[in-house]
Amino acid sequence: MTNEANQMTPRLDRADARVRHDAGLAGAFKKFTDKVRSGDLGMLPVIVGLLLISAVFTTLNPVFLAPNNLVNLLFDAAAVGLIALGVVCVLLLGEIDLSIGSMSGLSSAIIGVLWVKSGVPLAVAILAVLANGALIGFLYGFLRNKFEMPSFVATLAGLLALLGMQLYILGPTGSINLPFTSPLVRFGQILIMPAYLSYLVAILPGVLIMIGAVKTNAKRTAANLSAESLSVAIVKAALLTIGLVFAVYYLELGRGVPWMFGGFVLLVVILNYGLTRTKWGRSMFAVGGNAEAARRSGINVFRIRMSAFVVCSVLASLGGVFAAARLASASQQAGTGDVNLNAIAAAVIGGTSLFGGRGSAWSALLGVIVIMAISNGLTLLNLSSSLRYMITGAVLAIAVIVDSLARRSRASHGRA
Amino acid sequence: MTTQSNTPSKGELILRLHGIGKQFGAVTALEDIELDVHAGEVVALVGDNGAGKSTLVKVLAGVHQPTSGSIEYLGKPVSLDTPKKALEMGIATVFQDLALCENLDVVANLFLGHEVNPWRMDEVQMEVRAWTLLQELAARIPSVREPIASLSGGQRQTVAIARSLLLDPHIIMLDEPTAALGVAQSAEVLNLIERVRDRGHGVILISHNMEDVRAVADRIVVLRLGKNNGVFTSDTSHQDLVAAITGASENSVSRRAARKQQDAEAVQ
Ligand SMILES: Nc1ncnc2c1ncn2[C@@H]1O[C@H](COP(=O)(O)OP(=O)(O)O)[C@@H](O)[C@H]1O
Ligand SMILES: [Mg+2]
Repeated sequence: MTNEANQMTPRLDRADARVRHDAGLAGAFKKFTDKVRSGDLGMLPVIVGLLLISAVFTTLNPVFLAPNNLVNLLFDAAAVGLIALGVVCVLLLGEIDLSIGSMSGLSSAIIGVLWVKSGVPLAVAILAVLANGALIGFLYGFLRNKFEMPSFVATLAGLLALLGMQLYILGPTGSINLPFTSPLVRFGQILIMPAYLSYLVAILPGVLIMIGAVKTNAKRTAANLSAESLSVAIVKAALLTIGLVFAVYYLELGRGVPWMFGGFVLLVVILNYGLTRTKWGRSMFAVGGNAEAARRSGINVFRIRMSAFVVCSVLASLGGVFAAARLASASQQAGTGDVNLNAIAAAVIGGTSLFGGRGSAWSALLGVIVIMAISNGLTLLNLSSSLRYMITGAVLAIAVIVDSLARRSRASHGRA
Repeated sequence: MTTQSNTPSKGELILRLHGIGKQFGAVTALEDIELDVHAGEVVALVGDNGAGKSTLVKVLAGVHQPTSGSIEYLGKPVSLDTPKKALEMGIATVFQDLALCENLDVVANLFLGHEVNPWRMDEVQMEVRAWTLLQELAARIPSVREPIASLSGGQRQTVAIARSLLLDPHIIMLDEPTAALGVAQSAEVLNLIERVRDRGHGVILISHNMEDVRAVADRIVVLRLGKNNGVFTSDTSHQDLVAAITGASENSVSRRAARKQQDAEAVQ
């Protein structure tokens, strides 16, 4: 039936005879290699990196791959991952937020002071933290829009100011312990998703991919557009499901999948939807690619920028709450040290470009797993933090070099 | 999607500029510009490089704010303070620099700012509409799912033109739309301009190609050094147009033409 229609009138998108249309699995593979060759690396570097890191650390210390070590790794990853997720938003616009560490530190301090010291209900304290984050993000957006203040300057100032606020509200004692039996700390240290739920969640993406592919194909055929062969979707879904189910199975050999990590992944999925399927996301990429063109298309560039800074600061604040939950304390050290760099590195390593207009929410998830794997592996080797800092710094440098080289290659292949 | 008021009838005055001036610091790019555009009319805007044509287009597109003067649209005084406002009123523009986002694909660029279903974009519907628009322009675009960066200059120009048609505007402004196009495509764009005019829209066309201009324009407005320098009809001779554009009947173009004629006569 469809074949007949095919022969009578070519599909709308198949009218040009010059273009090779790769069909089926082999075609998809060819498309992928073409893309990689032209510098559109996508998730490839991070997956290669992750395999390499796992191999190296496991040979140095087999504990690295033990299920419970990986569970701990996921517990640790959630807070920095959330912060990295926000960083993705500002990087997409070609902006940066250097104050995310301080923002998260201040947030954990506010939780400590409001909730533990002043007895404010936890939910209210968290809302206050998020509102505070939104306010700071709004301020950055305002400075960028109204005074054209480069975001790295504004947020560098913010880094110091927010750190000052954190120290100020913590006062001379400097550290507030969160009650160990409280739901927040249990969330950060103990609570694990039930096994059946973890498996369900592991199967879900594959199912959604299949449903989506079938639906899209039906819609495209009805609209006289070519439809991609289902075999590609099937292989994708199958590989993903096998990978995820195995991961859950392996983690269930230990304690299981932390709720905290599940919450982080949920936010990644939500942001991914926002970035890829909504007008807001499209506008984010447009502003990151060519702000003036976006403005001339009728996009309110100021509002998009504002939204990116607000999302970034709010996610950094939530990351601060997660970090406080994880450490069961709000201290002067929270958010300092390598938090800033880890979050930015995670976003870049995951494949979000520092130059704007290119990236995805998934890069925060993949990137933070790489960063946390390195940090976890180095801790297992009993290396001092000085060495850890140096190695993490080197990894970030490599990620940025890969980003720059890929960008140059895209430019020379006409896909900048 | 847009908040356009009722379509103006043929011959009705859509747009009137009065005393428009634009200053860039010390540079006066436009001074005291007068311009009328009617429904179903093609107005060609010609002038030498730096005459202020693009600046005038950008003022009308809401990209630049005029330093002085007033704009009347469908009989009402308006201020075009953002590109969004101009688009919503039905003024669409193909900019000289095209203003496309290279990191986005053709479909995304066509619908930028006007996506179908803001909270759940309908990619299939957008892609179908994209192909239809491009076919109307007889465009040779291999794939609408490739980033703009991978297209040739002419293909990009076609995408920019297609984008301006998307919202079914009252007025469409084309700033040197055929500069990067091949022979067939240029002819297609001229056909398109006529089709748009026949649909009752107003067209402002900027071009350095006097043949094209004379072929489609109902009126030819000449700008020189940021000022009006006469309004002509399409049967004005090439020489008179060049004289208005360069500001003198005695100039390098006319001298060259005269020399050629002399040579021809000498040979005879
Ligand atoms: N953004 C700007 N800033 C300063 N000067 C400008 C700007 N845009 C245009 N100009 C000046 O305005 C004059 C007219 O330019 P333009 O409108 O681009 O000319 P045309 O399109 O007719 O070739 C030129 O002298 C140019 O240098
Ligand atoms: Mg120009």
